[in-house]
Amino acid sequence: MGSIVVDVMLKPEILDPQGQAVGGALPRLGFTGFTDVRQGKRFVLTVDGDVTDEHLTAAREAAETLLSNPVIEDVVSVHVLDESAAEGSAAGEADAPAAGEVDAPAADEADAPAGDADGEPDEAEDGEQ
Amino acid sequence: MRIGVVTFPGSLDDRDAARAVRECGGEAVPLWHGDADLKGVDAVILPGGFSYGDYLRCGAIARFAPVMDALVPAARGGLPVLGICNGFQVLTESHLLPGALIRNDHRKFNCVDQRLVVENASTAWTSDFEAGQEITIVLKNGEGGFVADEKTLDTLEGEGRVVFRYVPDAQGRNPNGSYRHIAGITNERGNVVGLMPHPEHAVEEGYGPSLDGRGFFTSIIKQTLESAATA
Repeated sequence: MGSIVVDVMLKPEILDPQGQAVGGALPRLGFTGFTDVRQGKRFVLTVDGDVTDEHLTAAREAAETLLSNPVIEDVVSVHVLDESAAEGSAAGEADAPAAGEVDAPAADEADAPAGDADGEPDEAEDGEQ
Repeated sequence: MRIGVVTFPGSLDDRDAARAVRECGGEAVPLWHGDADLKGVDAVILPGGFSYGDYLRCGAIARFAPVMDALVPAARGGLPVLGICNGFQVLTESHLLPGALIRNDHRKFNCVDQRLVVENASTAWTSDFEAGQEITIVLKNGEGGFVADEKTLDTLEGEGRVVFRYVPDAQGRNPNGSYRHIAGITNERGNVVGLMPHPEHAVEEGYGPSLDGRGFFTSIIKQTLESAATA
C-alpha cells in the first residue's frame, strides 16, 4: 500500500488570515523568532500496491482540479510518501525523519533514568518540535 | 417564470431563496445537487450556506456535484444564474466567475445590515435597480474576502463587471477585506451574477433591513417574461 503526498500553499500574494492568527499566537508562547507564518494543506492519497507513474499523473491532475484552486493556491509538491519515514514528512526528506527518530529515544532516556535532572532539557526539546 | 433553487448538503438559505422567488411573483423549483437535471427552469439560484461543510475550500466540492454538470454549460449558454454567498463561492470555484473568496481579513464572522452601491444595473439580476443606487441588505459570512490578481480586477472594472461595491466605513474599510470593495461581479454576458450579501433576506416587511432584495427577483422575472414575449 503506497501513498502520495500533495502539498498546497496559498499563493504568496494572497492574504493568509489563518497564518496571521497562528503567527500572532506564537509570541504569546515565547516563540518570538518567527516573522511570518503561512498555513498550507497536505493531502495523503493512498493506493493499492505500489505507487505507479499513472497514480502520480492522476494525483497531479487531482491536485490541479480539486485539491487546489489555481486562482489563489499553488501545488508546491506531489511526491511518493517515503514509507521508511515515520510520520511522513517526506518533504523535508533528511530533516524530519531524522529529528523524529532522534527525539523519541532521547525522550525515553531522559524520562527513564533520572527524571529529576531532566526537566529543563525536556522542555527545550518539546519546545523545538 | 420558473426559478430553480439548488440544495447542496449543507445549504442553509435555499428555503429563504425559494420564498423570496415566490414573494416576488415567480415559481420556485427545488433542484437537488445529486441530479444533473435543471427541470427546464428559466433561471437558477445557488443559495447561501455551508455546502459540504465548507471542507477543502468553500464551494470546492459542491462545484463537482452532478447538478453542476448541467448548470455550468447552461450558464455558459446564457441561462441566468445568481450565486449568493456560498453560491458565489461555488461560481468562482466553477470558474463561471473570476477571482476567489477567502477568509475575512479580520478573521471574524460578519452578520450586519450592509450598504452596497449598485454599479451595474444592466445584468439579468439587477435591471430593476439604477446604477449608483444604494441598497441595504444582510451580509453574513466568514469567508467573503473577494480576491483576484490586478489584471483580473482591472478587467472587471474596465468591462463594468463589478456589479456591487461595499460602502466602506469611516476608516475606509469594507466588512471582509475584499479587494477594491467588491461585493458582487458578473460574467462577460451579464447572465451570471455572484455576490456575498443576501438579497433573499430583504424581501418582506418586518424581516430584514429593507425590501431592497426584491429587485434581484423582480429583475429576473421581468427579463424572462420579456424574452418570452419577444421569442
